[in-house]
Amino acid sequence: MTVPAIETQHLRKEFGSKVAVADLTLRVEPGEIFGFLGPNGAGKTTSMKMLLGLTNPTAGEGQLLGQPLGEPGVRRRVGFLPEHFRFHEWLTAAEFLDVHGRLYGMSSAERAESIPDLLALVGLADRAQTRLAAFSKGMLQRIGLAQALLNSPDLVFLDEPTSGLDPLGRRLVRNIIAGLRAEGTAVFLNSHLLSEIELTCDRVAFIREGRVLRVAPLAELEQESLRVRLRVGQPSPALLAELARFGGEPEQDVRSGVITLHLSDERTVPELVRWLVAAGQEVYELSPQRLSLEERFIQIVGEDIVEQ
Amino acid sequence: MSALQTIWTITRLTIREAQRRRILWVALFAAIAFLTIYGVGYRFILIEVRAEMGQGPGPGFNPAQTIAIFLMVAGLYVVHFLGIAMAALLSAGTLSGEVESHTIETLLTKPLRRWQVVLGKWLGFAIILFVYMGVMAAGIVLIARFLSGDRLDNLVPGLALIYLSALVMLGISFLGGTRLSTLANGAMAFALYSLAFIGGWVEQFGAMLRNNTAVDVGIISSLIMPADALWKRAVLGWKPTSTDMEMLGPFFVASQPSPLMTGYAVAYALVLLVLALWSFSRRDM
Repeated sequence: MTVPAIETQHLRKEFGSKVAVADLTLRVEPGEIFGFLGPNGAGKTTSMKMLLGLTNPTAGEGQLLGQPLGEPGVRRRVGFLPEHFRFHEWLTAAEFLDVHGRLYGMSSAERAESIPDLLALVGLADRAQTRLAAFSKGMLQRIGLAQALLNSPDLVFLDEPTSGLDPLGRRLVRNIIAGLRAEGTAVFLNSHLLSEIELTCDRVAFIREGRVLRVAPLAELEQESLRVRLRVGQPSPALLAELARFGGEPEQDVRSGVITLHLSDERTVPELVRWLVAAGQEVYELSPQRLSLEERFIQIVGEDIVEQ
Repeated sequence: MSALQTIWTITRLTIREAQRRRILWVALFAAIAFLTIYGVGYRFILIEVRAEMGQGPGPGFNPAQTIAIFLMVAGLYVVHFLGIAMAALLSAGTLSGEVESHTIETLLTKPLRRWQVVLGKWLGFAIILFVYMGVMAAGIVLIARFLSGDRLDNLVPGLALIYLSALVMLGISFLGGTRLSTLANGAMAFALYSLAFIGGWVEQFGAMLRNNTAVDVGIISSLIMPADALWKRAVLGWKPTSTDMEMLGPFFVASQPSPLMTGYAVAYALVLLVLALWSFSRRDM
């Protein structure tokens, strides 16, 4: 049995009377790209800090790469890009990576080899001697990403890795994550940019009020949630009522007569077609549409939060 | 990576920060400016005193020597004061500032223990203070010896006591920095120093007036912040009063702090440091 990259059992964090994380129980497999989604204040950053040993859990336990949380030795194999990406700005980019390479316990030969490669990877090869104080937000995020990859980690935590980046920078991060996947590195990705998650992640967890609402492979989320646009010759209230048994409450647009149905499983589509034909309906259009992750996020996490 | 390598990496980082942020250079430049003015003043005062008073009325009293030594002790008092001020100013934000700016997160998620980061920083500041106070004290002592030919007894043990008082302040500031904001920590450090300073005066007047309560107040304040008591121990060792200089102020010692105070201060600085290591290891970032 393989050792999971991350495994937690009922991790909980209270700050005074406020519960930041109520129950974090999850498992991330080695080499998996895992998305961690939730509205603001859901406890995502606190969860990440507990996993990284920055914050002590009030209760519960967990392991990184098989070692208990807070164990410093295992962090030799872990990389982290923090949300704020604020670094010692009086260091040059090369010095910054050198200091952090030393702290990872890398030899001078290892540092000399990997630092130029990483600077090139994040597109800062010509800025090696520039002090971080002169860096833009996007450049800081890039150098922070290079820092997170210094030790060729088996597990990387990325907290909002694209928040300061332009579209080109975001593509760069996507490519880097794809490279990590190819090398078998697990990535724990915390992001608000659901389109990014959609493009990169294998599995996602939805968090709200410090609890894991759901963990599912992205492919499953795509499959299980379908919106069907249906146009028939004679739509009647009776038809709408009958369609309801295929899923959700069918809605009909008053002007165009188009009916929208939400199906929970793709396999319902052929069944629906058969029923319509058997019922003698004249079908002009039946088009299944996948819901975006954003729409699924709102369904799972709850509209009330989005509307606040 | 061994703990020592980690600590040394952080120590070097701390010293490099002081260089890069020009703190070290400004401090050394100010020290040189101070020493220049001090040297010029010292020379002209001595010329004046020698011209006015000659060698003094009798063999027991030598006004030129008295004033030369007074000025030397006054100069070293500046080193004592600036050393403590530098210890508080440099280090008040080193932990809290890194927590507030989140730069600490990238450090603490490396394969190291938090106490190693705290100890590495402490060592970095201890080295900076050693160099800074050493340059200042050496400048004053050399100027005085060159211009007047006078020297103090027990010079090095006295300077060690002055350095120890800066390390006590460093410990206070480090411990405060593990839990307080930078501003609150700086305010606390200076409040404690002021307490020791005023407590020292209360103790001196109490001794002269033979008021034991006042002396006790001074001793208690010295236990809370031993900086002023350490200064008085240093002055006692230098024996400037043997030149019959009966003056009030920080250079005159009516109530002698116990010799135990030195041992107490060493233990106090160590306990503060250990508490800082412990406190920082336990807090949530």
